[in-house]
Amino acid sequence: MRALLDVYVQQFKTTLASQLQYRAALVIWMLGHVLDPLIYLVVWSTVSRSSGGSVGGFTTGEFAAYFVVLMLVNHATFSWLMWEYDYRIRHGTLSFALLRPVHPIHADIADNVSFKLITFVFMLPIAIGLAIVFRATLHLSPWAVAAFAPALLLAFLVRFFLEWTLAMVAFWTTRVSAINQMYFVVALFLSGQVAPLSLFPFPIQVAAAILPFRWTIGFPVELLLGRLTPIEALTGLAVQAAWLALSLALLRLVWRAGVRVYSAVGA
Amino acid sequence: MRCRTWTCTSKQERGGYPRCPVTMSLSGSINLAHHNQLVWDIPAIDSFELNRAIYRIPQTDYRRTLDELTDLLELEPLLNKPVRNLSLGERMKCEVAAALLHRPQVLFLDEPTIGLDVTMQRRIRTFVAEYNRRYGATVLLTSHYMADVEALCRRVVVIHHGKLLFDGELSSLVQRFSAHKTIVVQLGDCLADLSSYGQVVTCEDGYVTLRVPKAETARVTERLLADLPVVDLTVEDPPIEEVIEQVFAQEAA
Repeated sequence: MRALLDVYVQQFKTTLASQLQYRAALVIWMLGHVLDPLIYLVVWSTVSRSSGGSVGGFTTGEFAAYFVVLMLVNHATFSWLMWEYDYRIRHGTLSFALLRPVHPIHADIADNVSFKLITFVFMLPIAIGLAIVFRATLHLSPWAVAAFAPALLLAFLVRFFLEWTLAMVAFWTTRVSAINQMYFVVALFLSGQVAPLSLFPFPIQVAAAILPFRWTIGFPVELLLGRLTPIEALTGLAVQAAWLALSLALLRLVWRAGVRVYSAVGA
Repeated sequence: MRCRTWTCTSKQERGGYPRCPVTMSLSGSINLAHHNQLVWDIPAIDSFELNRAIYRIPQTDYRRTLDELTDLLELEPLLNKPVRNLSLGERMKCEVAAALLHRPQVLFLDEPTIGLDVTMQRRIRTFVAEYNRRYGATVLLTSHYMADVEALCRRVVVIHHGKLLFDGELSSLVQRFSAHKTIVVQLGDCLADLSSYGQVVTCEDGYVTLRVPKAETARVTERLLADLPVVDLTVEDPPIEEVIEQVFAQEAA
């Protein structure tokens, strides 16, 4: 355990140092994460204002709060593993990682977390600025804030493990981007990024509750905004924990099978 | 190089570092040459620190090995430069060092001298030989440069299209696959026709290169010296490249 901690410390040092080499790129990637929710925020506040100040239980200010928090949660939980592994597997650079006595996922986690650490320095003031400009109304209750922390952590882990597993598709096919695209489209709707899930028709809400997407983005947002009862919050955390176990099992299974079919020549 | 049976020594053996990588059953292995194990944008020393953590190398061992490697490979001025600012040869030296910090007992060298200048090629060769001697490590070298093979390998394995064509000493490879010797004769001019003595390979500047069957070597040499005004004469084994070519040619036939 202490050895793994040492690996993480060194990984953080190297990933932080290399990411700081490209500060402009960092800001550009981050801006993408600001723009997306900003567009939906503008659309929904306009809709809300034109229909008398509220739509489906969300006031204009609550929409603003929803998308600002969503922006932060989405940024905290997103990953770029699918492009990484597509490249690593096709070009054979994965071979080297396989020779090391440490699972390659640890380097990926360190890389992801250090990117978030750097970018949150900018993300947080942007979020506060947007909340002020769009007059977000946020009623924070202490228990919801307390429950938000584990919910966000679980959301990050579940999303990371699932996307890591999905990235392993590259072991079997070289056309990964089509599959990735499908995942992103489904995730966009069912995670609550386009609109709060409660605004969707009932069948879609059911699908969102069964599939992992809501638990990786929408659920922590709803929780922090105080839209859930304590029972709903606890149930949600339990579902997240179940997804965590499932995603880990899936990850192990797919990784083991994938490494077996992997071959790289001349890499 | 020495050959051993590979077994997985997963824990605390030979110096106490875990040596069995997650997915391979080799006891501590590395891959060199084109693999970027150094992080591109930061100094090599930071990648070394990462390797220290990954291979769980105790601080004292790490320091000692790093000092040794820095000394042998003359890394001192390179360690604190971002890897992307290093030349190919400089980067190769750092890659070699990074791969050896945990003192692997089996070393896979895939074209370790490719793209390097002659001086650097020789330095890497000397270093590999020294590593083998000092730590008793098994070195598995793949190379298209026969100079690498001649300088480093006692045991040679020739594989062609996935088939094992030869496995043995370098000298016996020459013995077995080259039925010929090369005789270089220096004459005053290039006028004499020597085709009756053997196959004339080249004839330049008064030097005639002949290929003769090995069994005939002594007789042909004797006749050449008796018949012609020979200034100088040498008898050589054909270059190793030619021998390897012979191996492949025999397989194709």
